[in-house]
Amino acid sequence: MNYPVDYKYTRSHEWLRDDGDVAIVGISDYAQDALGDVVFVNLPAVGDTVIAGESFGDVESVKAVSDLISPVTGVVCQVNTALEDAPESLNEDPYGAWIIQVEDVTDCEDLMNAEDYQAFCEQEG
Amino acid sequence: MELIFEKSVPGRGTEYLPACDVPEVSLPEGLSRKAPPKLPELSETDVSRHYTQLCQRVYGVNCGFYPLGSCTMKYNPRIDEEMAALPGFTGIHPLAPEGATQGCREVLATARRLLCEITGMADMTFQPAAGAHGEFTGVLLIKQYHDARGDRKRCKILVPDSAHGTNPATAAMCGYQIVNIPSGPDGCVDLEALKAALGEDTAGLMLTNPNTLGLFDRNILEITRLVHGAGGLCYYDGANLNAVMGLARPGDMGFDCVHLNLHKTFATPHGGGGPGGGAVGCKEFLKAYLPKSRLMDGGDGIQVRSFAGNFLVVVKALAYLLTLGKEGVPQAAENAVLNANYLLARLKERYTPAYDGLCMHEFVLDLSQLKKETGVSALDLAKTLIDYGMHPPTTYFPLIVHEALMLEPTETESKQTLDQAAEVFLNLWDLAHEDPGYMHEAPHHAQIRRPDEVRAARTPILCQPE
Amino acid sequence: MGSYIPSTPAERREMLSAVGVSSFQELYRDVPEEMYRPDLDLPEGKSELEVARILTALAGKNRAFPTVLRGAGAYDHYIPSIVKYIPAKEEFLTAYTPYQAEMSQGILQSIFEYQTMICRLTGMDVSNASVYDGATAAAEAAAMCRDRKRRVTLISAAAHPDTIQTVKTYCYAAGEAVEVIPEKDGKTDLAALEAMLTPEVASVYIQQPNFYGQLEDVEKIGEAVHQAGAMYILGCNPIALAILQTPREAGADIAVGEGQPLGMPLSYGGPYLGFMATTAKYMRKLPGRIVGQTVDAAGARAYVLSLQAREQHIRREKASSNICSNEALCALTAGLYMAAMGPAGMEKAAKQSMAKAHYLAEKLRALPGVELVYSGPFFHEFVTTLPHTAEVLSALEEAGILGGLPIAGGVLWCATEKVPKAELDRAVEIVKEVLGRWS
Repeated sequence: MNYPVDYKYTRSHEWLRDDGDVAIVGISDYAQDALGDVVFVNLPAVGDTVIAGESFGDVESVKAVSDLISPVTGVVCQVNTALEDAPESLNEDPYGAWIIQVEDVTDCEDLMNAEDYQAFCEQEG
Repeated sequence: MELIFEKSVPGRGTEYLPACDVPEVSLPEGLSRKAPPKLPELSETDVSRHYTQLCQRVYGVNCGFYPLGSCTMKYNPRIDEEMAALPGFTGIHPLAPEGATQGCREVLATARRLLCEITGMADMTFQPAAGAHGEFTGVLLIKQYHDARGDRKRCKILVPDSAHGTNPATAAMCGYQIVNIPSGPDGCVDLEALKAALGEDTAGLMLTNPNTLGLFDRNILEITRLVHGAGGLCYYDGANLNAVMGLARPGDMGFDCVHLNLHKTFATPHGGGGPGGGAVGCKEFLKAYLPKSRLMDGGDGIQVRSFAGNFLVVVKALAYLLTLGKEGVPQAAENAVLNANYLLARLKERYTPAYDGLCMHEFVLDLSQLKKETGVSALDLAKTLIDYGMHPPTTYFPLIVHEALMLEPTETESKQTLDQAAEVFLNLWDLAHEDPGYMHEAPHHAQIRRPDEVRAARTPILCQPE
Repeated sequence: MGSYIPSTPAERREMLSAVGVSSFQELYRDVPEEMYRPDLDLPEGKSELEVARILTALAGKNRAFPTVLRGAGAYDHYIPSIVKYIPAKEEFLTAYTPYQAEMSQGILQSIFEYQTMICRLTGMDVSNASVYDGATAAAEAAAMCRDRKRRVTLISAAAHPDTIQTVKTYCYAAGEAVEVIPEKDGKTDLAALEAMLTPEVASVYIQQPNFYGQLEDVEKIGEAVHQAGAMYILGCNPIALAILQTPREAGADIAVGEGQPLGMPLSYGGPYLGFMATTAKYMRKLPGRIVGQTVDAAGARAYVLSLQAREQHIRREKASSNICSNEALCALTAGLYMAAMGPAGMEKAAKQSMAKAHYLAEKLRALPGVELVYSGPFFHEFVTTLPHTAEVLSALEEAGILGGLPIAGGVLWCATEKVPKAELDRAVEIVKEVLGRWS
């Protein structure tokens, strides 16, 4: 299991990377492993507002569906539409395959650093 | 096996109709389709053999043991089919005049009277076509009741965490918020949690009793009393009525409305996924809210599908009810419960039930220990059973049990069938320890090996390209 | 008393003792005593012979008319013999939903073939495995179209009254608005529709041919609907589709309809089936079971229930529909009907139905006081005025003919390929005779 240090993490297993003006959001290695083979991602649209702690889409595996919870409040400025045709990239490269980018961030959840998140996951699993 | 389209030969076909004996007319310009639909072109021999081949790749209750929990796969009597196929039923137009449909009306009235007696309800509709459709209708009775009273603050439906997925989905379709009520350690509704959830915003409770763990909630009277006390109504999901029909009535338990699965409890066949029958009964005070057909009955009431519902399914259920009668109905329930308990007693030699003690018509095994020991999952065991000529039990439901296997043998299985099934299960316990790899790959002798469901979902092929 | 319980009394005793109880009652110890074993007022159980007598007598109290000139949502088409026999095979009849793909390839493939045929008939890309009936298909389609901003459903007043009422009920349940588009001359009033197409409108439902048998100008309506940014749902008659412009050609986003004409007998209203098909774009919004093709672990072609994460057993309260049962056996029947009839047979059934309805209309309108109420083109149903309706219909019934359905403003007639010219002539003679008696 991989927990890169330049990311921050939520308790619902999303990661957030601060990229200057925008916050980039994806799901963690732990999340993709727990879900199994991702078969589809329900994505928001550019311009949608996301709210910290609330769902902005979901990820489907064959026998489960899991909400995507936004770590931040803001406006979606980019959506990784490549996931529509290649949802498996969430399994293959969870930290490369970002899901949305958010700008005008006004609020942020309490996030964990890599070390705390790893401890959190090990406790859960 | 080839698809029917792959057997098609241009120009082939069977003449079923005579030549046209009136002048032909043509469609107005622009309203014709550009090209004929690419339907298969086959001789009747081709068609007959194709469907016979398909039929040989289907496993029905007539093929063997089908202990599919929550689905009540009991034997479907042939006489019921014969009766439903009488031209005096199949040839009747739903909008034929009253004088020409007396038999249909009597079928519905008789089935209604018998099923109201069994459920303790005052009236019943046969319009809903399936269980989930019945739930939808039942919750709409609750919604109309509150609306008619101007009681619009009731926005929540309570659903136990062991419920079928249809319950929360139904409540959501009816515009309600869902409050999940956790089960207590005994697998039944946690009364304290229920009390905490009840309030002025409670529209109602949806409950299956016995529940999906196969347990009869002994607090049932207290539960319905509490819900009524808060001003809510109680909806009985009849999915598990087979355990108690003729022995205990939802009406007496305090429920206000109920749906029945005619295709489970009353022995009408599942048909590979339908048609079903989702009759909905209610107490006197909800009668006015039952659905009607705009065209058959007039009025402006709710309507959940066209006409009077799956009428032929009701004919089958009535034939079954008349056959069993006063003594047969409770006897079926008792033997369903006996068969489940007997199978459970035999399997307990190795397997761990999710809840100890007696069960009702079905029970849940918890295979998490087996999985830990051997790596063999509930799914692996289920798939191995296919090689032994048995339909697997329901897997991974209810959601509150990990590695769940849910078994419902029904009353129409003999002791010999149950003994043979028990032997297979016990042998597979050993096999799981000896050769788990074999079970991970199972089935080995079925129509196909395990299908690639990930591929099916990622790159959907839902239709044969032309 | 009939019973389907195999165990003998001796075996039951043996099993009770293996369970560790002494009586059946002990198995029910959790059931509160005050409600246990009510003395139910049910008739004594009966033998198979007695049950057969009772139900045969009930069927005998009905009157099945050899000639049916009534449609209004249930159509009396010819059903080839093979279409009646194959679905009665016990395996098809008694199987459960094909969740266990390894032992259900026959049902799965039959549904995949049905889906394909529905796609080819409608011109759409994706079909589900069927829903309860045409009315619920319309209601489910309307639910598919709602998004965060667009919530309102519009349905034509010229649609089937049961469909309108069902759509209204589903919208009432969800707390969503539904409005009925007025009709004009037996068709959807396009000008009224245009005025109703606000930015809140999610979908528009039009039936083709409509309840009065009239052919709507579906392409033009579709343009208006799309211009307003709403989705377009067409309710279709599947027999008419053998010759009629496809919903896809007419610009529909979703095609639905009552599948009963595809080999299902009238059966006093059911079981029937609803078909639902859409374009690839809305594939994942389609409710209900869908079968997909894949490969098995050995690389062989295989079929499975697919895209299940849309459904209630996984998504629970977040599912867009609670539907789980489809009408699988009816879908099998419909597929079988289309395969047996083939494109040529379907076309013949459609053309003859239309020709016979037009022949009947011409003959009837030649009678005094009988006029076509609507002037537009029609398929196999039409509305006439009819003096002395009750007398005419009962005279027809006496002669074994189920006449048209009395509706507001006239009588709705229907003819199918099943009715020979001689019967149409006989019906017209009877109408003529009754009208003559009264004039």
